[in-house]
Amino acid sequence: MANKRIDEPTGTPTVGHEWDGIEELDTPLPRWWLWTFYLTIIFAIGYVIAFPAWPMLDRATSGLLGWSSRGQLAEQVDLAQVAQQGMRDTLARTPIERLPDDSALMAQAVAGGRAAFAVNCSQCHGSGAAGSQRLGYPNLNDDDWLWGGDLKAIEYTIFNGIRQPGHPDTRSSVMPAFEGAFEPQQLEALVSHVLSLSGKGRSTNLGAQTFADNCAACHGNQGQGNREVGAPRLNDAIWLRGGTPEDIRRQVLQPRMGAMPAWGDRLDPVTIKMLAAYVHSLGGGEDFVEVAKDPEVEVDEQP
Amino acid sequence: MSNPEEPHPHDGRARSAVIERGVAKTNRPVSSAVAAPGAATKRHEPGEPDRAHLREKLYEPRKQVHNKRIDGPFRRFKWFVMLVTLGIYYVTPWLRWDRGPYAPDQAVLVDVAHRRFYMFSIEIWPHEFYFVAGLLIMAGVGLFLVTSAVGRAWCGYACPQTVWTDLFQHIDRFIDGDRNARARLDAAPWRWSKVLRRAFKWTIYAAIGFVTGGAWILYFADAPTLFREFFAGEAAPVAYITVAILTLTTVTLGGFMREQVCIYMCPWPRIQSAMLDEKSLMVTYKDWRGEPRGSVKKARRDPEHFGDCIDCMQCVQVCPTGIDIREGPQIGCITCALCIDACDKVMAEVGRPRGLIDYATLEDCEREAKGETPRSPWRTLFRPRTIVYFLVWGGIGVALLFALGTRSRTELTVSPDRNPPYMLMSDGSVRNAFTLNLRNMQSRPRQMEIAVEGLRDATMWSSTVGRADAAPTQVVTVPADQTRSVRAYIAVPPGTPAQDFTFRITAQDEEGESDSVKTRLSAPEDAP
Repeated sequence: MANKRIDEPTGTPTVGHEWDGIEELDTPLPRWWLWTFYLTIIFAIGYVIAFPAWPMLDRATSGLLGWSSRGQLAEQVDLAQVAQQGMRDTLARTPIERLPDDSALMAQAVAGGRAAFAVNCSQCHGSGAAGSQRLGYPNLNDDDWLWGGDLKAIEYTIFNGIRQPGHPDTRSSVMPAFEGAFEPQQLEALVSHVLSLSGKGRSTNLGAQTFADNCAACHGNQGQGNREVGAPRLNDAIWLRGGTPEDIRRQVLQPRMGAMPAWGDRLDPVTIKMLAAYVHSLGGGEDFVEVAKDPEVEVDEQP
Repeated sequence: MSNPEEPHPHDGRARSAVIERGVAKTNRPVSSAVAAPGAATKRHEPGEPDRAHLREKLYEPRKQVHNKRIDGPFRRFKWFVMLVTLGIYYVTPWLRWDRGPYAPDQAVLVDVAHRRFYMFSIEIWPHEFYFVAGLLIMAGVGLFLVTSAVGRAWCGYACPQTVWTDLFQHIDRFIDGDRNARARLDAAPWRWSKVLRRAFKWTIYAAIGFVTGGAWILYFADAPTLFREFFAGEAAPVAYITVAILTLTTVTLGGFMREQVCIYMCPWPRIQSAMLDEKSLMVTYKDWRGEPRGSVKKARRDPEHFGDCIDCMQCVQVCPTGIDIREGPQIGCITCALCIDACDKVMAEVGRPRGLIDYATLEDCEREAKGETPRSPWRTLFRPRTIVYFLVWGGIGVALLFALGTRSRTELTVSPDRNPPYMLMSDGSVRNAFTLNLRNMQSRPRQMEIAVEGLRDATMWSSTVGRADAAPTQVVTVPADQTRSVRAYIAVPPGTPAQDFTFRITAQDEEGESDSVKTRLSAPEDAP
């Protein structure tokens, strides 16, 4: 039990505890302190009335000011969009060929593209854009491009998609199915020849002949591919759908061909431009073969 | 509990009970058992039943302090400290320091927007904040050092609250007159003359508050520019808000609350009183010499009975926090020593030796009370405790200076891409991507060479240098006082195993500062 008493020299009551011979005086608070304390209580009551405070069954009380954290977020998003509007306008005016000239704008486009990629593209191409060989989603980091790897080609691909029925401008190529077309021996020779193009297998006359007759029209005599028709390059180290004999055999007999939505239907042109800049920045982007020399003439038409 | 036989509290012997009890019971004379502020107003009257005192009051009304003007060595020292501290505070933002064309020319500048802290030739980046942390630790240990050596000297002379309170008290004296005139005016009814006088005084309070708050913001931007912008109405809203808040707090804390801040709001006296020991200097009333008190007349009649204190109350009247030092050490005492000045003056007038109230250690007090000669106060400066504090304080200072002298103004950080960790290129080579952050902490642009060490046949290209121009080294320009991010691609021939290697950057100037970071090359063999 607290041993309360009056401290004789000061006439002040003690709080009644003793620690190591030291006692504490129960000194009254100053008046301003007490007032401040009461003010905080009044403030707290006002605060609870004005703002969402009391948890109910499915929501909190809404408060008198109509403030909510969700509303605040929406305001901040709106503000951010207003703040970005200038950059987006500039981006909309700038032809994509001129983008590399403005490194600051390019950096902003790449940053915006990174965010858009995470939302729209990473589901298939992966968060690091490395794609999937097993599922046939191209790796966007490397220097092998089916349809061209400069900014303009990438933008076109994203805008129009791949093999989209009903889209006249979509990227489209068809690999015929050679199921039943080859004798087993001929097929093995062909697979072996295809591997030899990238230095992995042994080529035979039969294989070379079969390739020249059936494949070279699209993939080229040396297997160098053809971007005009989207025929993959076969004489490099990169395989879209796997580089084992089994993978190649299956792709010859029952080819699988990927499709990508035409994002022009879903995203605005500026976002697509930013996506193209981001994909180009991943490390495999190619320079333009020809850059438009006169920016005045070049109005940014959608591809 | 209390003994009715105990002497009347107004008896001098009881007045020194705090000290006696403290020494006897706790052997820790200065503790939370010191007299409570305002305790003098609630003295225990004899004959009243004790129980009445257990009634707890909700609050303690404030006693306005009207401290009297005094002159003396300590007062003059206080003036000196006030001039120096206020001078430093107001002049510092206006000092210029040439740092070349790429950095501000303000000697002391806290550049929040660009996250830089400039102090004369020292420039601190956010990642070097340990310098500021070190200075704060030094300030803390410095307070310990000062407290253990000379008691609450910080409180008495250098604390901003003390300096501004002192300033405001001078304003009071200047406008309302000295102690008695002020007390009279306070008690007077509100007539026009009082209203005008008060309005005038509070306007000056507000002006001081405004100048105080105004000087503060000058530390955070170019002072001449901000000064002009502020009065042209072009400064940022945060500048006006800061000045408004600081004006308000200066007037409230320095102009009106004064000793209330020291007694109720400030945590430091609590810590300090725990840090004082019997060897710390504090302002002490030598009750063994002064008690029992009596007027000069009484003392002349009966010189055997009375001590040196003539109960003239000068020590109480000059006190800026309104305490009676004769009640013993207490939390309201900021050891500003104005009571020493007052008492010495009176002692000289009545022809008694000075030092009835004086800076003394408790050890010396005991010695002196027994009739021995007190030792020199300087001895409190050099004892193990102060020496240890000084060594810690100095050690941190030396370490900071060493770090300052040897720090590099070039820094490299490397973050390897981990998604995907490596990339197979069409020619079969293996490519890794890294994000390099090149930090140039000099206030001039510098060319820096990036080199790859310990990786055979590696080629490097970047977002600006295409693969066609890939080379083992690259030179990039890093702008003055900035960090530049470079994305570097490293390609190695097919079959190169995963291995560690090093990025090194070297500044292409006469100093040739360099920094290197060890990182790792990922290769297909690494893959799970």
